This record gives sequence, C-alpha cells and structure tokens, in this order.
Amino acid sequence: MTGGGTGLAPAPGPPSDGDDGYGRHHFRRIIAIWVVLAAVVDVLFYVLAGPHIPPGTMTSTANGAQFDFNVLFLVAVPVLLAVWVYLAYSVWVWRAGRGRPEPKAGPYSRGHLGVQTAWIATTTAVVLGLFIFGTYELVAPAGAGGGEGPNPAWAPASHNVLPIQVIAQQWEFTYRYPTFGGFETSQLVVPADTAIAFHVTSLDVIHSFWAYQLGVKADANPDYDDVAYTRTTGQLGQFTVRCSELCGIWHGAMYDYGRVVSLADFMNWAKVTEKTLIPVTRLLPPFSWTYTPDANGADGAFYPDNRDPYSNVETYGAVPAQVAPFDQAPKAKP
Amino acid sequence: MGRSVRVAIAGASLCVVAAIVVFTAMAYLRSSPPTVDFASGHQPGAPVELTLQTVGTIGFGTHPTWVSYLTEAPDGKWVHTTLWDLPAHTRVDVTILQYDSGSPLRNQLLGEVTGTIGGTMTVNGEAVSLINSNAGNGVGHTFSIPSLGVNVPLYGNPSSATLCSLAPCTTKSVHNVVKFSFMTPGPGQYPWQCFVPCGLGYLYGNGGPMQSIGYMDGFLKVVA
Repeated sequence: MTGGGTGLAPAPGPPSDGDDGYGRHHFRRIIAIWVVLAAVVDVLFYVLAGPHIPPGTMTSTANGAQFDFNVLFLVAVPVLLAVWVYLAYSVWVWRAGRGRPEPKAGPYSRGHLGVQTAWIATTTAVVLGLFIFGTYELVAPAGAGGGEGPNPAWAPASHNVLPIQVIAQQWEFTYRYPTFGGFETSQLVVPADTAIAFHVTSLDVIHSFWAYQLGVKADANPDYDDVAYTRTTGQLGQFTVRCSELCGIWHGAMYDYGRVVSLADFMNWAKVTEKTLIPVTRLLPPFSWTYTPDANGADGAFYPDNRDPYSNVETYGAVPAQVAPFDQAPKAKP
Repeated sequence: MGRSVRVAIAGASLCVVAAIVVFTAMAYLRSSPPTVDFASGHQPGAPVELTLQTVGTIGFGTHPTWVSYLTEAPDGKWVHTTLWDLPAHTRVDVTILQYDSGSPLRNQLLGEVTGTIGGTMTVNGEAVSLINSNAGNGVGHTFSIPSLGVNVPLYGNPSSATLCSLAPCTTKSVHNVVKFSFMTPGPGQYPWQCFVPCGLGYLYGNGGPMQSIGYMDGFLKVVA
C-alpha cells in the first residue's frame, strides 16, 4: 500500500512515502492510538469505577474479589481496545470511498508471520497470566471466601476465629453460634475486624449460602460441614444473604439480611441473645458440625424421631423430652 | 388430491396440534388456587379475621392424600386455597383449627413463636411462646412468614385419636385451636409456608404438598 488510505492493493513495488511495503506506518499509528486510549480508559476505570466494583470492601475476601475484578478489567480493556481500534482504523482508512475503485486483495491479505506470532504469543501470555493470577487469588487468601469442605486446605493464619454455623433448610437460613452457648437465631450478626469461619450445612436438600457483600459463598449440603473463611474489615453495615442453589418453590424468597457491627455491639448482642434464647437452646440438639436429616420427613412418628428405620442417626431437633411440651410459656399480654 | 393440498392440510394440522399443546401447557402453568379477598370493603383500623384449618389428608381433588391448609372465606365457606388479599398495615387476627397429628420438628428453633403481637399465641386458650416438639404430641405444622419474622408452631393432636381425613373438617373432630395476631406490612406479596416437612411419601418430606401453593405454601397479597 502506498499510503494515503486509498484502499487499494497495488502491485508490489517500492514504497512511495516511506512505507516499507508492509504498511508499518499504519501499524505505528494503530499502536499509538491504542496505547493512548488503553492508558486513558484503564486509568479512568481504576480511579472512577474501581473502588465501587462489587462485592465491595466489607471483608478481606470481598476486597480480594474486587481487586481481582479490577485486574481482570484492566487487562481485558487493552485487548478489547486493540480489536476495536484496529477495526475502526481499518474502516476509516481503508474504506472504499465514493468514486474510488473497489478494494481488492493484495500482499497484506496474505498475513504477516511476525504479527500473527506476536498476537498468539501475547494473548497466550495474557490468558496464562490470568490463569495463574486467578488460581493464586482463589486459593491463597484462605480460600477466597469459598466453601472448602470439612477439611480446608487454606485457613487463615490467625487462630482467633469466630465460628458461625449456617443451617439451611427449606426455605430459611438460621445461624448457630457455638462459642456463645450454641444458641440459634434467624439473625446473622458478625463483628467488624474479626476473622470468621462459616460452617455451612443443610437440614434437607442442597442449598448454597451466598453472603454477597461479604464475598462468601459455600454450598450447603445435608450431613456436610462446608467451611468458608473471611475477615471483616472496619466497614459496618448491612449485607445480603441469598440461597444460590435452586432448592424448591420458595428458593427465590430464601434470602435475608445480615449486619456487620462493632465488636462491642456484637458482644452485647451475642450475650443478650444467648440469654434470651436459653429456653429454645435447651431444646436444640447438642451442637454438631452436621446434622443428618430424617429421610422420612414428618412421618407421623413421634419422638424420638431417630427410631426411624431409614435414619437411625442424629436427627436435628430429636432430643429426648426433658420438659413439658409448653415450656416457658408466658401468660398472654392483655 | 394434489401435493400442495396435502402439504396445506398437514401444515394446518400441525398448527392445530401445536396450539392445543401450548394452550394446555399455559393453562396448567397459569392455574392457581383462588384468592380469598379480605381487603375489599375493609374498614380502616379494624382487624381482619382470618380463620384457617390444617388437615392431614384433604380427601378430595387430584391429591386426596395430601396434607393441606384451607381458608374460611368471609361468607363462611371453606375454600381450598392459601392465597389471601389483605389490607396493608392492618392487624390480622388468625385462628387456626389444627386437625393433624404432630412430630418432632426438624429444627426445634421453629418451635418458638415469633413475630406475633405480644410474641405469643394461645393453644386452646393457653398462652404459649414455645413448644417442645419432642414432647407431648409434637408439632403438626407451622404457619410461617419468613420475610416478616412470623413463626407459629401448631401443636399436634394425639396420633391415637381418630383424625379428620376429609376436609373441610368440623369442630366435632379432634383439633387444637391456635390463635395469634400479626400486622401486615406495606403492599406487596409475601410468601408463607409450613416448616414441618409434612409431605408424607416424599424424600425428606419436602415434596408434594410442601412444594405446592394451595396446600402448604401460599402468598399474602397485601394491598394498599
């Protein structure tokens, strides 16, 4: 091509405007446009959008996920812009103008080994680099908030971890605090600046515990203790908990909201709740990391339900009767 | 008969069959129990009286062996439904006639009464805030609206008694009378359910009626 953007593919010959016959001045222009544009967009994204990318910074794992998303975007933008800039440049410079001859294939349509090799090498390096980066980010920071099963391979360095048991059932999450007398409640309250181990299990079918702003997600399977770690930052506020495994008719309604509060507020809440729920806690089964559901469901059999022929192991809630059925019943208020 | 005519007849027949299939599928998917209207004509400030019954086997319809809730309409007729139009920000006085037997709860936490006015209910006139489902007759069902924090366990009847097996049951059958009140929130649709896995014959007890609106699941359709 002789330059000037005529769209023609002339017969091979000496370049007339400094071109070496392979359109290098076009290549340099495209590279220059691409570099400037990619740098501007990347910087703008990182400064303006980066801090607001979900899931936020409420925990170390959420923060890590946000960082990962930002890195992926910063790497992906130049690749995307490379394609777009080349496409736009081609359309603009090599278009068939009105009154000009139709473009036809020339030496440039035969490909260029150097360009092709560079493209394959670059994209391969990008993909492999992101693969290594993503793998490291997935496992190194204590499992990155994902469920690691009952024997986590990656645990936080600190041993000062607050365990919270997440119990899924159709269609509600309840939460048990084993270090506070084992009380169970439908409220999920966690302290700020604290390492937390979520022990996720189910009493019936497969669910999935997804604490969105905490960057925690773990499958909830019956008879299975799925452990996920995170560490709250100093950010207080509300977060959303959803079931992310299709689990029945009210799957879509199986969500609630948790709170990150200060450590002092958490201790106060936990102690008050532990005391308030003593009558209920007395009726719960001893704390266990897993509970085996009764395959028969409610089969008309009375306590102890673990006499069932299909399930003779521990059944959640099936403890021998210690008290009358209407325990701790206050008189109705007027 | 020419080829074009045969093609036209085949095409028309195919369209008719497709239309029947689509219509049947849509009719099935859109089928829903009736909604009992407690909102129309409601006097602001006045409580709504909502009377329900639970029965171990409904005894009629496509699933006569299924457990179910029924609703008493304002005209006194029992309707096989779990859908109600209710006015917003209104006290609902609920009476549940519990005709079914009981069993231990899978999660005893649900033996606690929550979200009701005063945090209690009455069972046959006795104020109760917590039922130990591993004692006595256990818990037959629960009336629970998770999004509102409402949970009311319904004490079971003795399994040795002759229980009603054909709805609507009358108070001549063995039953418990459970009463409580709660406040409706702002307009919206709020799912409610039973937390006892009472789908007898289904794995973990959570199939059949536990997955079916009109039986053990329903909606509060709260209107302004």
